Amino acid sequence: MALEDLHHNFLTGRLEDMVRWARRASVWPATFGLACCAIEMMAAGAADYDLARYGMEVFRNSPRQADLMIVAGRVSQKMAPVLRQVYDQMMEPKWVISMGVCASSGGMFNNYAIVQGVDQVVPVDVYAPGCPPSPETLMHAIFTLHEKIRTGEVLQRRGGATPPAASSDGWTPVVPVAVRLGTPT
Amino acid sequence: MSDVTHETTVRVAERVERLTAETSEGPQGLRERRSTGPDELGREVGAVLRGTGITLDPRDVDVERHDDETMIINMGPAHPATHGVLRLMLELDGEYVLRTKPVIGYLHTGMEKTGETLSYVQGATNVTRMDYLSPISNELGYCTAVETLLGVELPERAIWIRMMMAELNRMASHLVWMATNGMDLGSTSMMIYGFRERELILAFFEKTTGLRMNNNYVRPGGVAADLPDGWEDDVTVICDTILERTDEYDELLTGQPIFRGRMEGVAPISAEEAMALGVTGPILRSTGVAWDLRRTMPYLAYDQVDFDVIVGTYGDNFDRFAVRLNEIRESVRIVRQCVERMPGGDYRAQDAKVTPPPRARIDESMEALIHHFKLFTEGFQVPVGEAYTAIESPRGELGCYLVSDGGPHPFRMHVRAPSFANLQAVPLMMRGGMVSDAITVISSIDPILGEVDR
Amino acid sequence: MIPLPPTAPPGVACADALACDVACFPTSGAYLDLVRAWRDDGFEICVDLCGVDYLGHPGRVLPEGVVATRFEVVVNLLSVSSRRRVRVRVQAGDREPRVHSLFDLYPGTEAMEREAFDLFGILFDGHPDLTRILMPEDWEGHPLRKDYAVGRVPVQFKEAPGPR
Repeated sequence: MALEDLHHNFLTGRLEDMVRWARRASVWPATFGLACCAIEMMAAGAADYDLARYGMEVFRNSPRQADLMIVAGRVSQKMAPVLRQVYDQMMEPKWVISMGVCASSGGMFNNYAIVQGVDQVVPVDVYAPGCPPSPETLMHAIFTLHEKIRTGEVLQRRGGATPPAASSDGWTPVVPVAVRLGTPT
Repeated sequence: MSDVTHETTVRVAERVERLTAETSEGPQGLRERRSTGPDELGREVGAVLRGTGITLDPRDVDVERHDDETMIINMGPAHPATHGVLRLMLELDGEYVLRTKPVIGYLHTGMEKTGETLSYVQGATNVTRMDYLSPISNELGYCTAVETLLGVELPERAIWIRMMMAELNRMASHLVWMATNGMDLGSTSMMIYGFRERELILAFFEKTTGLRMNNNYVRPGGVAADLPDGWEDDVTVICDTILERTDEYDELLTGQPIFRGRMEGVAPISAEEAMALGVTGPILRSTGVAWDLRRTMPYLAYDQVDFDVIVGTYGDNFDRFAVRLNEIRESVRIVRQCVERMPGGDYRAQDAKVTPPPRARIDESMEALIHHFKLFTEGFQVPVGEAYTAIESPRGELGCYLVSDGGPHPFRMHVRAPSFANLQAVPLMMRGGMVSDAITVISSIDPILGEVDR
Repeated sequence: MIPLPPTAPPGVACADALACDVACFPTSGAYLDLVRAWRDDGFEICVDLCGVDYLGHPGRVLPEGVVATRFEVVVNLLSVSSRRRVRVRVQAGDREPRVHSLFDLYPGTEAMEREAFDLFGILFDGHPDLTRILMPEDWEGHPLRKDYAVGRVPVQFKEAPGPR
């Protein structure tokens, strides 16, 4: 078939880019509101900030239909297994945003009850700082994730058996291996 | 043949057990009837009292029921309709709810323990994260307890600023409640509207306190900062807008047959039952008891402003909605009076013990610098004693019990969270209702899991 | 300070308290009867019940005749009809703190007593379902006790590649 037989224009590109573009433009978050940050997450989805502009307004109630888990709030020792179970139920590809300092590092609650960083339980892609992060901060985290999806691998399983080697800039991705829970000493 | 069947059953049971065991809380959850005591069974069916005495009514406990006739289902803690991480276990007969047990603790933050390691000045930062929809009320409850122990007198302006901020916060809190309640009932437009109006208030909070939520604005001895320039205009705009929009919500929800059908007569609770369960706030008022601490045990300057205590009649979902909707209007009234009558003067007590010196003095005086430094590193000492003070948060009586050992940290800080007590009314409200109404019941209680679990 | 109700058990020590009409200090034997007497006197709501661990406290002010123990249960009662507040502080014991449950008088204390059990290990006789409420079921220890560490994890500041 020669090109002159075509009656309309066409674009060429790589299939990978197409997949990445599609994934980036419709990241559906799971509703995983825990504490204060959940209110700001809801505010981000509501009229003033309107996450629908980025194809993200559908907060999926079922983890099976969600691509992104926004861990919004402090994760207690009691909640951590539940969080892990919800994460395990999500389909690949999936991403995690740790929203707020409590989820990222335990924040001001450095005590027996709070898991000091949700990255002990699930692998985190983007950390959003703030207590609570304003909707703008959350949106910045989401853009960062979009960029990560746009430039990332299409076929890679999260938390695979072989940890990726250190890249040239000395940045070693941390692959969480075990859930560390229980009574602190 | 029978052996094989038995083996299969065991294997299936084992598998089910393994699957459910991962996030199971064991005895904290709802158990089968045959392993539940009569008292506990009575509690789970909501048999609080009938008549004069507060006793369990045996007629309410259906002991004839067998476990194989009913089904126990689990709802939460990661359920979209449970307003956070509340977990409910329901025993159902078809579509009807027989027993309910809330399982909480999924957001237990250890704030009472952390509060013992923080100084009194830092304490407000801690408590403000409990009820994240009304942080100002939390700080107010805590600071009132500290000030009661200290015996500090507040200047007039601090009192009125506190009162205005608390009422603005009540409006924001009730707006979020209306939004989420609307969403639970399928009215997503209400969700958008509620959050839209809340942004107005949060913008003012950000201007005044520096933060949208978790403000840490009310401090022992006053407030953190004076109101910004032009605050009267901002607040007036907020009041005008919200009052107007409240009428729109009224039109959108109150007049809507579907909304009324789902709210009216659902999950009623009587005044005696509410009081026996320790329920306070809008839920208690919806049963007809005019109990509002702002009126009955006035704190701040609530005895000097003009407002009505909104009371319901039937104690059902619709009354609870109506009470909250009208409380927004009353809050607007109070805020307007605050704008009119805001006194001048200082916004914090000039008590050198609790108040840092003014910023300008620190630059020129060594003593002022040392004083400032000591106050924020070491904190101030509070006399030995204990106090319980209560304020009316948007959800009910928010109390703070403080025990001091004379040092700069509280020896014990306990917060009586209104949602924690209100949540105990869930089994009573659920009984005999449909599963589909369970969502509206949780929503109408308005639990904030941050303060339930603390 | 308001007088004790007529049906109160004899010999209950009372004192003034901050922001409250009266604080009573019953023995653990008289505790249930005293609270019942207050309830019959018109205190409809048991607003709050919490435990306190006084281990390491330099000395609290108690009326004469009250033997201080390590654990204390503090109950705040509220009368809607007469707008009064009453506090009942009962000494619960040292080793195995134990008081009677108020569940029969105020069903609303159910969760609060479970919380006091969970966080302090105070046992409540006659409670229908004394299980942990805030902590996971297999948790060891009672976190709000004074001899239970805060559980602080040392903060590590790791070197991370910056933009510069």
